[in-house]
Amino acid sequence: MIAFSNVNRDFLVGDQQVHALRDINLTLGAGEYVSIMGPSGSGKSTLLNLIGLLDRPSSGVYKLDGLDVTTLDDEEQARVRREKIGFVFQFFHLVPRLTAAMNIELPLILGGVEVEERKERVAKLLESYGLKDRAEHRPEQLSGGQRQRVAIARATIMHPSVLLADEPTGNLDSATGKEVIRLLEQLTEQGVTLIMVTHDRDNGNRALRQITMVDGRIVGDKRKSD
Amino acid sequence: MKLNDTLQFASHSLNSAHSRSFLMIIAMSIGVAAVVILTALGEGARLYVINQFSSLGTNLVIAFPGRSETAGINPGMLIGQTPRDLVLDDAMAVLRSTAVRRMAPLAIGAALVSNGPLNREVVVLGSTAELLAIRHMTMAQGQFLPEGPADAASPVVVIGTKIKQELFGVENAVGAWLRIGDRRFRVIGILSSQGEAMGMNTDELVIVPVASAHMLFNSQNLIRILVEAKSREQIERARKETEEILFKQHGGERDVTVVTQDAMVATFDRILRTLTMAVGGIAAVSLAVAGVLIMNVMLIAVSQRTQEIGLLKALGAPPAQIRRLFFAEAVLLSLVGSVAGLLLGQLGSFVIGQIYPTLPVAAPWWAIIAAFGTALGSGILFSVWPARRAAQLDPVLALARR
Ligand SMILES: Nc1ncnc2c1ncn2[C@@H]1O[C@H](COP(=O)(O)OP(=O)(O)O)[C@@H](O)[C@H]1O
Ligand SMILES: [Mg+2]
Repeated sequence: MIAFSNVNRDFLVGDQQVHALRDINLTLGAGEYVSIMGPSGSGKSTLLNLIGLLDRPSSGVYKLDGLDVTTLDDEEQARVRREKIGFVFQFFHLVPRLTAAMNIELPLILGGVEVEERKERVAKLLESYGLKDRAEHRPEQLSGGQRQRVAIARATIMHPSVLLADEPTGNLDSATGKEVIRLLEQLTEQGVTLIMVTHDRDNGNRALRQITMVDGRIVGDKRKSD
Repeated sequence: MKLNDTLQFASHSLNSAHSRSFLMIIAMSIGVAAVVILTALGEGARLYVINQFSSLGTNLVIAFPGRSETAGINPGMLIGQTPRDLVLDDAMAVLRSTAVRRMAPLAIGAALVSNGPLNREVVVLGSTAELLAIRHMTMAQGQFLPEGPADAASPVVVIGTKIKQELFGVENAVGAWLRIGDRRFRVIGILSSQGEAMGMNTDELVIVPVASAHMLFNSQNLIRILVEAKSREQIERARKETEEILFKQHGGERDVTVVTQDAMVATFDRILRTLTMAVGGIAAVSLAVAGVLIMNVMLIAVSQRTQEIGLLKALGAPPAQIRRLFFAEAVLLSLVGSVAGLLLGQLGSFVIGQIYPTLPVAAPWWAIIAAFGTALGSGILFSVWPARRAAQLDPVLALARR
């Protein structure tokens, strides 16, 4: 469902060309659990941003569910993002002035969902993520683990088919990180495609498919055989 | 995203940046209040002047000697004649016009008025019985000038309340004798107090028959002939016919100016209205300043909320939606600011009205609409750029910043 063919992404820094991604060919099926590992600056985040339509390739074709999404305009890409893609960030990116519940509700608001349905879905999610008593707390009143759970709830409330997580445990202690990983893994069991960038070998090795990047290229792509 | 949700989201973010929002609302409301108060003052001055004019009388046509500049060269000047003055015969002739209801000649001079040891210098008017009705004056006591031929120089005088106070104190004045210049006059009436109108205070008037005034000042001249038309519709005809009659009276010379009071009022009305608009316009500049302030504060807000904008984009908000969100904030701010400004302006006008009760201070509707519209317009206009900036932010860079 995700198919990259000959995708390059170059940045112009001053008068220097930086090749963040070189000739990426990659196919990911629905419901896959993929980790992306590699040294800092190897292009992991850039790849994730391309998959999430936050960025456009310099060349090459990206097909999502058979549709060439690189040709879509900003409005259409935003729509695809809203309906199919969920993001989880290292730094959570919760809106500080909004409560946990309102942060989770945000995608529904942007999607024009009716108020009653919104409240219902948010309440359900708060319950299942163990955040019920934190609903009216603002991000600054939450622990790191709670913040990331709010962020995951927000990423999943639109039932995306792809979940993109860029070092989701990078800002958490290892115990809390494990919890968050388990939460994400549960989602893959429900058929969500999870693509997770991580520095943590242990976490990365849990994935059923492990991609390794170096210097903008995919240098390793192995599947767990068990 | 629904409009309702857009507005709610915008007001929520304004609320959480309340000191910034407050600052912008203040700036906006001061601008609006300035427009409202200044135009209210201008409009008050205009209404005041118009009221003053209409208290002078209704359907008035006024004739005075001298030609206004439009006449060009007049043949009298070529043979060395000075323009002829208005005299009582001219005034009587005006009554031949069927559009004229009544007429009062006006002669004027200064004289010393005394009652025994008490004396003062006053302006003495010479006129006829008709002046009372034409000028809308009323009597406090006694009679006005007697009816009868205008050239009858009877030694009677009507005085204002202030003159009565100064020369008679609490004593009864009606029936008493007064000396004006070197002649004696019997006081036959006292005008009721009407305050000032067009610089002439009825309280300080001394009115004698026009023929008596001519004798006092040893001159046959009239400074004005006040003519009252029979109705509003007849004013213009009365003016034309008065002009023609005086033209014939003066042997074919147009050396008299005849104007309607309406025309004079209209001139003042125009001048003061223009003045009010100019003052309002200057005040509106402060609204543009408020607009620029809004723009700057919005730009700061955009850079402070870079991450939030990046996030909204990641969550699937299209650029147009981001633009609408910031736009909504600007509109809400200017709306609240304008309404607050209108209230402030009305309050200010009210306070000024209390301090100067004679001035009918009220902002004209066009100024209120203009102030409101300009405030809203500048708020919206100056938010276009910040909103576009927000919409064009690169989400990757926006989210990378922390
Ligand atoms: N917006 C950008 N402008 C310029 N260079 C960039 C930009 N984004 C990424 N890069 C460069 O591309 C390379 C890959 O970056 P990134 O994908 O963030 O690496 P990783 O996530 O693996 O650490 C780096 O050399 C980085 O400096
Ligand atoms: Mg990275």
